[in-house]
Amino acid sequence: MSLIYPRDSLKAHPLNASPAYGSTQKRAPSKPLILLPHTLSETTGPVFGHVGVAAGDSDLTRQHDGEPLGERIIVSGRVLDEDGRPVPHTLVEIWQANAGGRYVHVRDQHPAPLDPNFTGAGRALTDAEGRYRFVTIKPGAYPWRNHHNAWRPAHIHFSLFGPSFLSRVITQMYFPGDPLFKYDPIFQSVTDENARERLVSRFDLGTTEPEWALGYQFDIVLRGRNATPLEEPHDH
Amino acid sequence: MITETQAPQVTGPDFGITPSQTIGPFFAYALTPRAYGGPELATEQVAGDGVEGERIRIEGHVYDGDGVAVSDAMIEIWQADAQGRFNTSGNAGFSGFGRAEATAEGAFYFETIRPGALPGPGGGLQAPHLSVSVFARGLLVQLATRIYFEGDPGNADDPVLALVPAERRDTLIAKRDGAGIFRFVIRLQGEGETVFFAA
Repeated sequence: MSLIYPRDSLKAHPLNASPAYGSTQKRAPSKPLILLPHTLSETTGPVFGHVGVAAGDSDLTRQHDGEPLGERIIVSGRVLDEDGRPVPHTLVEIWQANAGGRYVHVRDQHPAPLDPNFTGAGRALTDAEGRYRFVTIKPGAYPWRNHHNAWRPAHIHFSLFGPSFLSRVITQMYFPGDPLFKYDPIFQSVTDENARERLVSRFDLGTTEPEWALGYQFDIVLRGRNATPLEEPHDH
Repeated sequence: MITETQAPQVTGPDFGITPSQTIGPFFAYALTPRAYGGPELATEQVAGDGVEGERIRIEGHVYDGDGVAVSDAMIEIWQADAQGRFNTSGNAGFSGFGRAEATAEGAFYFETIRPGALPGPGGGLQAPHLSVSVFARGLLVQLATRIYFEGDPGNADDPVLALVPAERRDTLIAKRDGAGIFRFVIRLQGEGETVFFAA
């Protein structure tokens, strides 16, 4: 099956020139982007097998001797293409702050405690139906210095490859109903409301496990459509 | 009964690609975790010993609009092998994919082989090049660019370079800097701004 990558879909993305997010101001290119034809360099991409992913990589609560503090959650969903077809056996990498809103990263200076039992990094491959599943801790909100009294809504970073260079995306998953959404210039950089809502996971009782962990569903749609539509037109 | 785990609606205004968000400043312990002792999915080593082709080292820096080093960028490259082929399962030791974290000085490098020319649109050839993605705090969507090689005879007829205004093409050409070393500077904004593509 060969895929095409309509450029119209790119309208869902934020603009790099989003000045309310201060770090964009000296980093967003000032000249117009040049339209790149979709050559073999763009329509191919790296393939990661099970070599890069160990069985325990998708459970972020079992990477240390003890259990991390915080609200245990399950985050699962499907990776789909723009026709709604599953993207099987594709790599999903995640990272996040701990329950107190602190990252393990050496440059995170937020005065919230590190958790010796939580690193906050995970990997998974989607199955044949495009499904993935992580067990983790709900990350905390944290302050940053973008503007006075700025706080990031709780989020988990997601990195995906899909079938090609063109389907590669890094994004953030948010939690439903977060009161910080309207103040967050990163979330609000996605100006289309429908597209922005696609960044928000949904609570799901079916994913929730009794006496164990709340469940959230987060489906991710990557660029790519079938070059030949599944249904032929009837008027030929 | 309809459950919340039903298949997503694949038509209508609610369906579409998941928007990009910034990688942020704190990705290293997950994506480039060498300093944290974590397992690395991919590194600066794109081609192992014994892979056929001319061995090269790409050395580069990333700078912002003030010329300040971007110390929290991640650079990924994707390339063909010496014969201009992608995803060649028979080519042990060659992934075609590299990932590097910029240093505090905004520096990065890759050790690989020089790719071959490869098919382009309309039956022509593309000059040897690497596809590059730049991720960083302050970039809400990754930036796409290409690295071509100084002095390559194919550059003059490359169909992608031909789309770039002549006065800016030079930003896509890595310069020879000693035996087997090519230098490539990424300027995100302003004077000498690197050409970035909408793919």
